[in-house]
Amino acid sequence: MSSLLVENPGMLTTVQDLGRPGFGALGVSPSGAADPVALQLGNLLVGNAPNTAALEMTLVGGRYFFSEGGVIALAGADFGATLNGQPLEMWIPHAVRPGGTLEIGLTRAGARCYLCIAGGIQVEQFLGSASTHLLSGLGGFAGRALRKGDVLQFAAPEHMIRRRRISTWVLQSLQPRKCLRVTRGPQVEWFSESATRDFFAGTFRVSEDSDRLGLRLEGPSLALESPREMISEGVSLGAVQVTPSGQPIILFVEQQTAGGYPKIANVIGADLFRVGQLRPREEITFAQISLGEARALWIEQQRLLNSGEELFA
Amino acid sequence: MEFRAASDQAILVYLGEEIGLESHQRVFQLLRLLQEEPLAWVRNLQPAYCSLLVTFDPCALDHHEVEDTLRRYEARAEKMTLPPPRVVEIPVCYGDEFGPDVEEVAAAHNISPSRVIELHLSRSYRAYFLGFAPGFAYLGDLAPEIATPRLTTPRKKVAAGSVGIAGTQTAVYPFSTPGGWRLIGRTPLAMFRKDSEPMGLIAVGDEVRFRAITREEFDKWPPQ
Repeated sequence: MSSLLVENPGMLTTVQDLGRPGFGALGVSPSGAADPVALQLGNLLVGNAPNTAALEMTLVGGRYFFSEGGVIALAGADFGATLNGQPLEMWIPHAVRPGGTLEIGLTRAGARCYLCIAGGIQVEQFLGSASTHLLSGLGGFAGRALRKGDVLQFAAPEHMIRRRRISTWVLQSLQPRKCLRVTRGPQVEWFSESATRDFFAGTFRVSEDSDRLGLRLEGPSLALESPREMISEGVSLGAVQVTPSGQPIILFVEQQTAGGYPKIANVIGADLFRVGQLRPREEITFAQISLGEARALWIEQQRLLNSGEELFA
Repeated sequence: MEFRAASDQAILVYLGEEIGLESHQRVFQLLRLLQEEPLAWVRNLQPAYCSLLVTFDPCALDHHEVEDTLRRYEARAEKMTLPPPRVVEIPVCYGDEFGPDVEEVAAAHNISPSRVIELHLSRSYRAYFLGFAPGFAYLGDLAPEIATPRLTTPRKKVAAGSVGIAGTQTAVYPFSTPGGWRLIGRTPLAMFRKDSEPMGLIAVGDEVRFRAITREEFDKWPPQ
């Protein structure tokens, strides 16, 4: 085992993998990486299985000390990183010598950067996943965000790691989009005609009060056709629910599993990783597509992530 | 059985139109059937009062195919015999610092605070489903005399074990989380423990009863 000392945890750094789907009946939400695409690519770069646990950093990176060294890759948003003072390139594996210090700065674009380590971060699994669920304090490293002085263990890589980068065309297909594609929400008909028009024509600003549970949006107020009480029901990842204030919230990875607010739309699966890269104060719009189109885009994204050698330059 | 797409990877199955044991039974039957005979493409099942949210793998099939398959389960689900509900008893220390909203609930209904507690203890509740946080069970139905809407501004922090009421429902907060339910007491029990089997004290379909304990009993409760 090798270790990683947290000298500075940044703003909100947690251990994440692809989450724990399948425990809704216990009230447990899947959690997992906010940008699962970056996590998977970062893991592939260091020779890990795509679902291996890594560190998810939010807006600010932090400083990490590798007493025994290791092999790392940074994926997702570029926060500007240095290794022992030398600039470090994203999307390519790097060897860290024993005693190396990795310093990751402030976001330049995007909200989340992943530090993937060959061998993977070792934490106790909760319901089959290493993901941290902050609300309940379960999973990950002690069920919480990392603090200064924490020491994390990671397994030594089992084989040689090839130094190769993710190809430009793959990275281009992951470019941020300020227009999120959505499908119709289960209560879309409850909204007034002008609300649906405003939802698709309007611009919404991501509120400062956004986190892994949900992204609160500020924009045109979305009213129901007539006041109506809703019976709470299961909510899906990426649901755009509208509270009585008329402002929408995109339910995100640590969402509560059921809720009683009407949902006007749902972000498509293939755009969820882009939600994970939205920063407070960013402006977004919504475009509606069909379920069939959304499904085709998801299948295409999964095919890309599973295309093996083709991902690399 | 009615279907509505929730997302490109999830479908809502509606099995009733009002909160009550009848809808609950149909949801629970379908949930049990799908848990006992798992379908490879099902990613998650989220029951609620009148619906089951089925999340699926869109690489395997589309909404129409999910709907067709679930329709074939309908008749069999209706024939599922459910086990008699498990009875779970929860000790609660009511009022004072653990129940900061008892007085307000009492005032809203023009009854005494002790009557609020009496009415909360007067019946057993069905665990309709779990949601919000791990182990958070929606229990119903409250005596109509104490049914009270949730707080207009939720508290930023509610202590673990807090017993709250909202509308015609009651629940115990398993973790210290934000929350908008009106708090009337607290249990010393741990509602969700990752190292126990089962992890949650309350499961879907359980019958839950509350029992009043004194502050002294609460303080002496063995650590969970």
